[in-house]
Amino acid sequence: MEAAVEFEHVHVRYGSYAALLDVSLRIPEGAFVAIIGPNGAGKSTLLKLILGLLRPSEGEVRVFGRPALKVPAEWLGYVPQFKTLDRSFPALSIELVASGLRRRWPFRLTAREREAARSALRRVRGEDLAHRRLSRLSGGELQRVYLARAFVRGPRMLLLDEPATGMDVLGEADMYRMLEQYQRDHGATVLMITHDWEAARHHATHVLVLNRRVIGFGPPERALSDECLRRAFGHVGHPHELSFSVERRDA
Amino acid sequence: MLEAFTLPFMQRALLAGLLVGATASYFGVFVVQRRMSFLGSGLAHAALGGVALGLFLEAEPLFVALPFTVLIALLIAWVRERTELGGDTAVGIFFSLSVALGVVLLALKSEYAADAMAFLFGSILAVTPADLWAVALVALLSFLTLGVWGRWAYATFDRDLARADRLPVLLDDYLLTAMVAAVVVSAVKVVGILLVAAFLVIPAASARLFARTFAQMTIFSILFGLLGVVLGLVFSYLYDVPSGATVILVESAIFLLSLLVAPKT
Repeated sequence: MEAAVEFEHVHVRYGSYAALLDVSLRIPEGAFVAIIGPNGAGKSTLLKLILGLLRPSEGEVRVFGRPALKVPAEWLGYVPQFKTLDRSFPALSIELVASGLRRRWPFRLTAREREAARSALRRVRGEDLAHRRLSRLSGGELQRVYLARAFVRGPRMLLLDEPATGMDVLGEADMYRMLEQYQRDHGATVLMITHDWEAARHHATHVLVLNRRVIGFGPPERALSDECLRRAFGHVGHPHELSFSVERRDA
Repeated sequence: MLEAFTLPFMQRALLAGLLVGATASYFGVFVVQRRMSFLGSGLAHAALGGVALGLFLEAEPLFVALPFTVLIALLIAWVRERTELGGDTAVGIFFSLSVALGVVLLALKSEYAADAMAFLFGSILAVTPADLWAVALVALLSFLTLGVWGRWAYATFDRDLARADRLPVLLDDYLLTAMVAAVVVSAVKVVGILLVAAFLVIPAASARLFARTFAQMTIFSILFGLLGVVLGLVFSYLYDVPSGATVILVESAIFLLSLLVAPKT
């Protein structure tokens, strides 16, 4: 199977600080990869390398067999963290979705763009959000709109940066259903940063455990081994369980 | 009142005012949404250095101030891009440098100090045909960059999304900064160096209060800018008060009214 992403001895340095160290990796096309690791592990840096937003200090990144910057933008659907949204920017959800199609901010939508954006919003069960202002959306609603924006161009790969943030349990389950549906329909590759190990275990075909280096990569049962988790996080308990036990102790 | 506009200097004033009002409020939407208001103010002060240089060289001040201020703007953008200094620091450094240069040059040619004052406080009724050509040139350049609106707006919304979509965001930033500088210079004769930043920001801020989309904000901003110029000129003529300041007062009144009547966001 063709590789969707290949990293060969990739280093990323900011001055003397190394964000990624000697990362070598081959992600097969059609995989659903959950990327986990502690804060500052280089997870977002990894996505940015694939998107062509960053260049490696050393090594090579290839996406669908091409240098990252040579990959047509419409092959990639990016869902950033919704917390990065500038809520002061006046915009409607349908415009954000259509921007994924046009790769410009639309002054006026054409009938074709309008229909495509509506169809993408239907896919994420967000048709009623089309004419809502972005500043009025909840975190979960905003994530659905971003997801529709990624879907609208029919990308070969989806890259999601903590997409479940701001969603309730049902919304999260719904999101995984949509991602899996899209993957089935388009044979797409999905790369998703998450802090939810259980979700990674249940939905991903591969898990990448990162802490500036690749700690583990493979099927969830192997990558989420106690040994990998201890090396990445210094412990093996799920973060939710840890925070719960701390709260209980404090109480 | 209408007879006043049969006079050539009033016609020049109106035409210059409308062109500058439209372009300044068009670029104002990017200035406001990118939180670059201080850049507008800094570039206006940088224009003083350019005007002084023009007077010192005994050339048309606006035609010297135009490339001078664009160069300063590009230097600010370059320093912001190449270093970890904040944008406001870069603006602060270059604007002080330009003002200092202007003060020194004007001291060397003190006979031109009165001309410099016209640029400091604006003198739209004294717009010369050469000034009008400079304004028309900037308006033409602005018109030619209308096609970049979608790219600028996209990067204003989210730089990373725009970059991931392979847009030349950095190049577009330089172009936008250069255009803002050019518009600021074209506006100094109309409203004066001290008030140019308000001329950029207030119509866009008023428009933001009503707009549901960025396209609406752009259109409303231009309309408010034009309305401010027309009403400002009329009031300035009727009450014989400085025109630049009157335009800004009208725009401020529009903003205050907008605050009261715009739907709560």
